[in-house]
Amino acid sequence: MALALSMRGISKAFPGVQANDQIDFDLERGEIHALLGENGAGKTTLMNILYGLYRADAGQIYLNGQEVHIATPSDAIAHGIGMVHQHFMLVPVFTVTENIMLGVESTRYGFFLNREQGGQRIRDISEEYGLEVDPEAYIKDIPVGIQQRVEIIKALYRQADILILDEPTSVLTPQEAEELFEIMRSLSAQGKSIIFITHKLKEVFAVADRITVLRDGRVVGTTTPDKATEAMLAEMMVGREVILTVEKEDPKVGEVVLEVEDLWVEDDRGLPVVNGVSFQVKGGEILGIAGVQGNGQTELVEALTGLRSPARGRVRILGADTTHASPREILEKGVGHIPEDRHKHGMVLSYPIADNLVLSTYYQAPFAHGIVIDGKAIDENGRKLIAEFDIRTPSEYASAGTLSGGNQQKLIVAREFSRPIKLLISAQPTRGLDVGSIEFIHQKLIERRDAGTAVLLVSVELDEVMALSDRIAVIYEGQIVETVLAAEATREGLGLLMAGARKESTIAR
Amino acid sequence: MPAESGEKGPGPARRFIIAWTRGVSVFFVPVLAVFTALLIGAVVIWTSGHDVLAAYRGLIEGSLGSPRAIAETLVLLTPYTLAGLAVALGFRCGLFNIGAEGQFYIGALFSVIVGFGLHGLPAYVHLPLAMLAGAFGGALWGAIPGLLKAKIGAHEVINTIMMNYIGVRIVEYLVKNQLLDPTSSLDRTRYILPTAELPRLIPGFRLHAGFILALIAVFVVFWLLWKTTTGFEIRSVGANPTAAKAAGMSITKNFVLAMTFSGLLAGLAGTGEVLGLNHNLPAAFVSGYGFDSIAIALIAKSHPFGVMPAAFLWGALRNGAGLMQVRAGISVDLINIIQALVIMFVAADEIIRWLYRLKPKEEITEVVFTRGWGH
Repeated sequence: MALALSMRGISKAFPGVQANDQIDFDLERGEIHALLGENGAGKTTLMNILYGLYRADAGQIYLNGQEVHIATPSDAIAHGIGMVHQHFMLVPVFTVTENIMLGVESTRYGFFLNREQGGQRIRDISEEYGLEVDPEAYIKDIPVGIQQRVEIIKALYRQADILILDEPTSVLTPQEAEELFEIMRSLSAQGKSIIFITHKLKEVFAVADRITVLRDGRVVGTTTPDKATEAMLAEMMVGREVILTVEKEDPKVGEVVLEVEDLWVEDDRGLPVVNGVSFQVKGGEILGIAGVQGNGQTELVEALTGLRSPARGRVRILGADTTHASPREILEKGVGHIPEDRHKHGMVLSYPIADNLVLSTYYQAPFAHGIVIDGKAIDENGRKLIAEFDIRTPSEYASAGTLSGGNQQKLIVAREFSRPIKLLISAQPTRGLDVGSIEFIHQKLIERRDAGTAVLLVSVELDEVMALSDRIAVIYEGQIVETVLAAEATREGLGLLMAGARKESTIAR
Repeated sequence: MPAESGEKGPGPARRFIIAWTRGVSVFFVPVLAVFTALLIGAVVIWTSGHDVLAAYRGLIEGSLGSPRAIAETLVLLTPYTLAGLAVALGFRCGLFNIGAEGQFYIGALFSVIVGFGLHGLPAYVHLPLAMLAGAFGGALWGAIPGLLKAKIGAHEVINTIMMNYIGVRIVEYLVKNQLLDPTSSLDRTRYILPTAELPRLIPGFRLHAGFILALIAVFVVFWLLWKTTTGFEIRSVGANPTAAKAAGMSITKNFVLAMTFSGLLAGLAGTGEVLGLNHNLPAAFVSGYGFDSIAIALIAKSHPFGVMPAAFLWGALRNGAGLMQVRAGISVDLINIIQALVIMFVAADEIIRWLYRLKPKEEITEVVFTRGWGH
């Protein structure tokens, strides 16, 4: 097959980091080529260079054998390269057609929008590649999976032959991901070449023709799914052997730490989203809350951490009523919180890492004496935790925004674990992280549990809940449908409960 | 190399270089903005048929050409600095305090009342009391929109604008009625007692101790923002309110605090004008310092150490405008144009970066100037 794209010797340095180091990358026509690597391995940098968002320090790009210079995304689009970003670039209050036409509008008399013509081309593209969308629907009204299709159509509308999909499955449910793979196969069958950026091993095997693994800005190797195994790819990504399962001993359960009684919580619009939830978490155990995203988990965690006041019910932490306590009162009871959205609730991106590491303890000794902050103690603490939790950064003064997702999560874990905590509320602790970081955070959670901390683990990753929890509570439409022992739970049984089925009828062991 | 550099980090020398280049680029953009604005100003002067060199020589001589010119520039710098600090502090908490003007007026009002109203006090009691009163007035005028924002979520931009009108009109009304000096033909209050006057620094010059106060305020604001837990909270709430809340800080408390401090500083600016320069409060008291201070905070990138240089620039442009007008026969409005261009280039610093081929900024900007409605 002919080479659609060839990148030779691409290098790119950022202050303190060699993001790409002499990378060679080939893409054949009609191929789905997975670009695999941990966060910070340089995948996105390489693709941003190809798409004209960054300029390479060195190296050449050849399209169909011709050397090209891509300085801006418009150059890339003109050369038939399309990119679907991790965060979609769509206008929510515009229709699908309007979004796709945006920037390349068909017009009448050079001024009036010709929606019909644009709409027809969109329908043609949808049919040709099996990308079903309603051209008249507003973006804000359609689910994320369909929005992603709109992004793909947008690229095809601009006559892309090479499609870059940056972590496309991170926002999708398993079913939606399966549909996406179907679309990718159909695109490649029609001669489109696809670069599929991911860090999820299972997906690579599901859809890729070839796999190139990056680590620390370099190509580790290129292989095909039939020659590779998950363990092998994980090792290539991380640079050492990775334990894909979590090993843990039986829990040594202590006294009740968190006690939730008939808790009702409303969302921002005043609609009930947590409807009479009751459970307990004891010291030394992990209670996993499993459920599909959007079944009240977010609001439940917010209520427990003081970020949202419950409508009714009762929350007790170590016997003290914290139902309407402030976040600080709750933190001071010895509660650690790994928030679901690390950028929203976990850190101040513009702050140095050291400052972020004391975001909830800055007012306590040794970081402050009275109201005067002790910068030396804060920096000292920063250096210590950076070393202890292996946060990859040039210095404790670097801002948290310069860290990769995995290292940002390590920062939060480091901060929460550096306090004496009796209860850890951990929401989606490994969302969007790479294998190495997931392994690290799982180990830390188990360590905490073994040290006698009560751990509440809220996660939409069923594998994660099953691997870590001692007991699993399944949440559906704001109610705990069932609580089971992790040792006795099955994937299928939990899956049915997550879809709302009751135990009596479903879990037949 | 990447793996190792990730673990060791740069040495002190490299760290210094990183900090220095970052500092230079932060400093460079405003300087280049001023330079470019003056350049465009020159084109405007030239195309309108006037002598560019004479005009700018006049501008420089008028602002820096003699001890008196320098002293007068510093007289203007004083309120600009204090009010600029006020707005910068608000920005640091994510608040856009457009109300410095009103806080300035109320500060002036409170200090003048104490200044002429209290008798028989020694200067070391009277002057601090008058200053405290001014600071209190400004703080009060800032705290009200702060409280409104904290309690009912009313946007501070709207409320500080409204508080400007209320403040300015209250001053005008009181000065024309209850506080009117019956012995004067002008609409103004009585003169403050000499015991409440901010002393002149150099005999024969109008430069007064308010300048020292402004200088101290720069360091106090820096200390407050970066060396205290209060400042840590204010900056955290400004940079990421949701994370600040999750970390146990009170967003509402910090809104009120930041607006109070901000108002206090603007109030001190007004106090300095009354106790140091005017020694009374006329009904036709025209300031504009409160509004110019927004520009100054912008140029300073909301950093206390940037405020004084920016205030110096503003003072120099204002002070030199007169002589420029005399020498080249051009309107003072040209200075307004140059100031507007400076603000524009600083606010849209991409233009300057593009013009001078500076590196685009890759760091996340630290200051959120203001947020949207009803977040």
